[in-house]
Amino acid sequence: MTVETGTPETSTPLVEMRHINVSFGGVHAVRDVSIELYPGEVIGLVGHNGAGKSTLMRVLSGAHPADSGEIVISGKTATIRNPRDAKDLAIETIYQNLALADNLDAPGNLFLGREMTTLMGQLDDSGMESETRKVMERLNPNFTRFKQACVSLSGGQRQAVAIARAVYFNARILIMDEPTAALGPAETEQVHDLIRQLKSEGIGIFLISHDIHDVFDLSDRISVMYQGHIVETVQRDAVSTDEVLGMIIAGRRPGENGAVEATAVT
Amino acid sequence: MTNVAGTANKPPTAQGSLFEPLRRLVSVTEIDLRLFGMLVALAVILVGFDFLSGGKFFRPVNMVTLAVQATTVAVLATGMVLVIVSRNIDLSVGSLTGFVAMSYALLMTDILPNVLGMGPDFPFRWAIALALGIGVGAAFGALQGFIIAYIGVPSFVVTLGGLLSIRGAVWYLSNGAAITGLDPAFNLLGGGVRGSVGGDLTWLVGAIGCVGVVYILISGRRQRQRYGFPVRPMWAEGLLGVLGCAAILGVCAFANNNFLPESLANQYAQDHGMVVPPGGLHIPVGLPYPIIMLIGVTLLMTWVANRRRFGRYVYAYGGNPDAAELAGINTRWTIMKTFILMGILAAVAGAIAAGRLNAATLDIGEGYELYVIAAAVVGGTSFAGGVGTIPGAVLGAFVMQSLAYGLSFLGVNSPGQNVAAGIVLILAVAFDAWNRRRGS
Repeated sequence: MTVETGTPETSTPLVEMRHINVSFGGVHAVRDVSIELYPGEVIGLVGHNGAGKSTLMRVLSGAHPADSGEIVISGKTATIRNPRDAKDLAIETIYQNLALADNLDAPGNLFLGREMTTLMGQLDDSGMESETRKVMERLNPNFTRFKQACVSLSGGQRQAVAIARAVYFNARILIMDEPTAALGPAETEQVHDLIRQLKSEGIGIFLISHDIHDVFDLSDRISVMYQGHIVETVQRDAVSTDEVLGMIIAGRRPGENGAVEATAVT
Repeated sequence: MTNVAGTANKPPTAQGSLFEPLRRLVSVTEIDLRLFGMLVALAVILVGFDFLSGGKFFRPVNMVTLAVQATTVAVLATGMVLVIVSRNIDLSVGSLTGFVAMSYALLMTDILPNVLGMGPDFPFRWAIALALGIGVGAAFGALQGFIIAYIGVPSFVVTLGGLLSIRGAVWYLSNGAAITGLDPAFNLLGGGVRGSVGGDLTWLVGAIGCVGVVYILISGRRQRQRYGFPVRPMWAEGLLGVLGCAAILGVCAFANNNFLPESLANQYAQDHGMVVPPGGLHIPVGLPYPIIMLIGVTLLMTWVANRRRFGRYVYAYGGNPDAAELAGINTRWTIMKTFILMGILAAVAGAIAAGRLNAATLDIGEGYELYVIAAAVVGGTSFAGGVGTIPGAVLGAFVMQSLAYGLSFLGVNSPGQNVAAGIVLILAVAFDAWNRRRGS
C-alpha cells in the first residue's frame, strides 16, 4: 500500500465529519464543524481548554453522540452510536486519562471488551498474555509486568498498554488525546517514533495536544479550534508556530484584524 | 516490601529475615497471600476456641454444624462480591431469601398439589419447586437490577426499598403464618444427619476434588509451557498438589469422623438387617448436602468471575467505569446480571434455610444482608470497587460464623457475639488498609 501523505486531493478521505454539532445543556460545545482525515495523515487538533477538540473526537470515538451532522468513513456514511460501533469501523482512541481499568493486568486491559476465548466462551488468558507479549515487544521491549494490575505500572508503561490496545486491533483511524501529557522526555520520544511509524503504515491520526512543538513536529495539517468551531485547517509547512498560536488565542485567521496583536502577545 | 520502619512501637527486629523463606515460598508457589492469611486466621480462631473450651470445640460434630450454619451466608456472599466489586450494594438479599423460602413452602403445600395437580408423590416435586423458586429469585433480582442499571436509581436506595417491601410481601404470601411440612426430599437440602451424603459418597467427592486439583495444576502448566511462559518449579507444583489433596481429603476424613447418633444408627441397622455390635454402630454421616451445594456454588461463581467475560467486565467496571464503557462493554446489562445472579443465589440460600427448618417462617433471612456484606468485606472485597474474590468471601463467612459459633459454645449470648463480630469486621478492614498502605 503506497501512501502519499499530505496530498489530500488525490485519495478518498478516511474520515469526513460534516457539519457536526454537539451541545451540553446550554453550551454549544461543537458548532458546525467539518473536518477530513486522509490515510497516512496526522492532523494536529489545537485550541484552548474547552475549545471543543476532545468533544469533537468523542463524537468520532462513539463516547458521545453528535446532535446533528454526518460522519463518512472511507466514502461510506457511518452511524457511530457507541464505542463499539467506532471500533467496528477500526477507529481506536487513546484517551487523555488513558482509560485503563487499574485493577486488571495489561492483557486484561488490552483485550477489554474483545477478549480471546476458548471452548465454551472461557477466557483464554494465556493466549491473551502471549499476544500482549508480542505487541509489547514492538512498543516497549522493557515491559515485563504482564501479570501485575495496571495500578502498579509507571506512566509510560500505562501509556504503552493504552497504545498497544489501539495498535493491536489494526486501527485505521487513531485518535490520540494528549498522548504524551503524562510522560517523560524519553517516553515522549518513543510515542513520537510510534506515531511516525503508524503514519507510514497508512493509518490516519487525529492528534490532540497542547504542546505546539509536538504538533508541528508530527502533523501534516493543523486544525485550530476556538469556541466550538474550526478557525482554519492549515498545511503545517504553510504556517509558523506564532501564526498558529495567534489563531488559538484570538480565534481569527492570519491576516485578519487582530491577528497581529495576538502574535505580538506571544 | 520493606520492613515496618514507620511504626514506632514495633522495633524493626529480625522479623523480616525470619519471614523471608516463607515469603519466598509464597512468591514461588504463587499462593494468594490474602487467602492464605485468612485460612491462617480461621485456623487460629478454631484452635483458640478449642483451647478455651478445654478441647471440646474442635470436633467433627461441631465443625459440621458450624459449616452448615455458615452456608446460607456464604452462598449469598459469593454473589455479593460481584455486586460490591461493581460499585453497588444489595441490601435486599435477606428479605429475598425469606420471600423465596416462603415461596417454596407455598409451592409444595398449596400451589403444586392444589393448582397444578402435583401430589406429594409427584416425581421430582422438590426439584420443580426449587426451579420455580430460583425463577422467583431471578425475577426479583432482574427487576431491581433493571431499575438500578437502566433507570439509574442508586442500588442502595433500590435494595433498601427491596429490603422493606419484599420482607413485607413475605407476610402476605402466608397471611402472617409460618408454613411447615415441606417435601422430605427438599428438606435434605438443609443438611442434618439425614441430609448428608454418607461415608462412601464423601470419599468420592474427595477423590473428584483431588483429581480436579491435579488436573488444574497440570493443564495450567501445559498451557503456560505451550506459550513459553515461565512456569513454577516442579517441586512447587508438587507441593501445591499434595497440600491441595491433603486439605480436601482431610476435610472428608473429618466429616466422616462424625457418626450417626445411636438411635438413628440402630434404625439404620434395623433397616439394613444388621446386628448392632456391643460398642454401637459407627456409621459416618459424611458431608451434608448444603456443604456440597456451597462447594458447587463457590466453584461455579469463581469460574464465572475469573474465566468468563461477564466476570471480567464486572471487575473492569469496578476498576474504572468509564474505561469499561469506552471499551465498548454493555455496562448496564452487566450490572443487571449481577443482581439477577444475586437473586438466584438468594433462592439457593432460601432452599437451604427452609430445608433445615422443614418450614418457612416469616423471619428467614432477617439481618442476612449485614452478615453477607460483612463476610464479603472481611474476605477482602473493597467498597472502592474492582477488588474482591469469591473464595475470600466464603472464607470470610466461615470466619464470622466460627466466631459466633465459638462464642456461643463458650456461653456468650447473642448480643455479645454481635459485639465481637462488629469489632472483627472493623479490625479486618483496618488491617487491610494498613497492609495496603505499607505495600505501596
